[in-house]
Amino acid sequence: MLAANYRGPYRVRAQQKIMPCIEHPRDAVVRVTRSCICGSDLHLYHGMVPDTRVGTTFGHEFCGVVEEVGSDVEKLKVGDHVIVPFNIACGQCHFCKQGLFGNCHEANPEATAAGGIFGYSHTTGGFDGGQAQYARVPYADVGPTLIPDWMHPDDAVMMTDVVPTGYQAAEMGGIQKGDTVVVFGAGPVGIMAARCAWLFGAGRVIVIDHVHYRLDFARHYCPAEVYDFRDIEDMAVFIKKETDSLGADVCIDAVGGDAAGNALHTLFGTKLKLEAGSAIALHWAINSVKKGGIVSVVGVYGPTGNMVPMGNVLNKGITIRANQASVKRLLPRLIEHVREGRIDPKALITHRVPLEDISDAYHIFSAKLDGCIKPVLYPNGLS
Amino acid sequence: MTTVARQQRIDPQTVIGWGVDADPRNDPTYPMRDRSKDDGPGMNWQRPPLQRPNVEILRSIEHNRMPAVMGTGQPPSGVSGSMRRAAFGYSESDWRHWLMLMGADRVNVVEGVLADLSAGHIPNIPGEMGARAEWEHNRAGFVRKAVIVAGAALLVAALVKARRDQRPPRLR
Repeated sequence: MLAANYRGPYRVRAQQKIMPCIEHPRDAVVRVTRSCICGSDLHLYHGMVPDTRVGTTFGHEFCGVVEEVGSDVEKLKVGDHVIVPFNIACGQCHFCKQGLFGNCHEANPEATAAGGIFGYSHTTGGFDGGQAQYARVPYADVGPTLIPDWMHPDDAVMMTDVVPTGYQAAEMGGIQKGDTVVVFGAGPVGIMAARCAWLFGAGRVIVIDHVHYRLDFARHYCPAEVYDFRDIEDMAVFIKKETDSLGADVCIDAVGGDAAGNALHTLFGTKLKLEAGSAIALHWAINSVKKGGIVSVVGVYGPTGNMVPMGNVLNKGITIRANQASVKRLLPRLIEHVREGRIDPKALITHRVPLEDISDAYHIFSAKLDGCIKPVLYPNGLS
Repeated sequence: MTTVARQQRIDPQTVIGWGVDADPRNDPTYPMRDRSKDDGPGMNWQRPPLQRPNVEILRSIEHNRMPAVMGTGQPPSGVSGSMRRAAFGYSESDWRHWLMLMGADRVNVVEGVLADLSAGHIPNIPGEMGARAEWEHNRAGFVRKAVIVAGAALLVAALVKARRDQRPPRLR
């Protein structure tokens, strides 16, 4: 089969690989119909995630048709077209039982801090991902969810990560009616977080980035007030001035370790890898939120450490909430939102690309060329 | 490693005032975590069937047993594999663990190029980096990068040549 093949930082190609097979009685093998490139795939692509081995197939946002099931799989059958959540979750461990499907304890030998994730390095379990014609799906009777008849598959593939992560970012913000919410990052997750902030009753939504075409999209799609951080001399002062000196009720970091905006963080975090990615968005979030406010983090950082103003977290009494989205927990509500027209996930898709062109797709997304917001790969053809 | 003497656990019921200010509403994990399903402080769940991998799997020393499923792609091999095995001697809390893995990743890139060459495949590195897309959507950037790469190559060639010219002639 054809599959993405990571060759090193900024290098990926499509290449023939061995077909996946059933390795566990609760596995399924799916024929991938759509597979997104995620903003967090770019952390892998940029060589920022430890234990990213050459030859790995990326891809944690995919949907597909069940081709084969293991002997213990009862809820899925061959031919089902399913949303495959990016978390690999057993459904019965201490964490899954409590709804923490992004923190399963039975899916990742290489680390305890991270759960199992498809195609996201050996730090999240070493599973090959869905940027391939076929993928092995462990615990197929837990995460994978039938795509409703009325749902477009382009919407379905966005339900694997982007929509739940954006939604959970807003949910973790504990947004109350009338709250001012600032979202750092106008990538797909930031845009979705800003959109979902309204669902929780935000009174004002502000999006910060520096990529103008994305800010323009956010302005209309979310909708939101949008600002280019390059026009802002000091982020904390700017947000304070916008909020009568109090600060925002909720700040959401939807960027993570690839953040631009500060030369020192870029040097230490992105170039020299002396911190676990550039933490400027988190820095801004902590210093822009009001006293007693909430900082919600869905941006991905490496596992080591980052320079952020922890003293201000203490002195301001900030609550920081963060996690990988618990896709399975959120899917029923999110499917309802799509059906009711409150969220239009596929509107974010700007590029539909055959798997053969994956090198170009990664570069276009990484370098923010051609107005790219969300690229989707079609490993088994565009039809 | 020193052995830590384990201390006897304290029975909370014997502590004066235990639980008098407990408040279930004081729960910042809501609604992410359903604490009513908490099954106690230990590993009390019925485990899924265990996968039997046929390749080497490295396990975090913070796990007291192998999780039930795991990915089996790209097992550790070569020099980078040795570095990864060494890294897994340290916990996830130890910077050495991650720094050694990052180092292994860089070595692995060289191993990947060598593996390509030994298989008779010359990797199209500009193509893998999306040069076609850069040419199509950012031609000025493409030209700038091409000039930088060409300039660097010429500089290296000139330095090598200068060094060779400075060597005394070999005596026959």
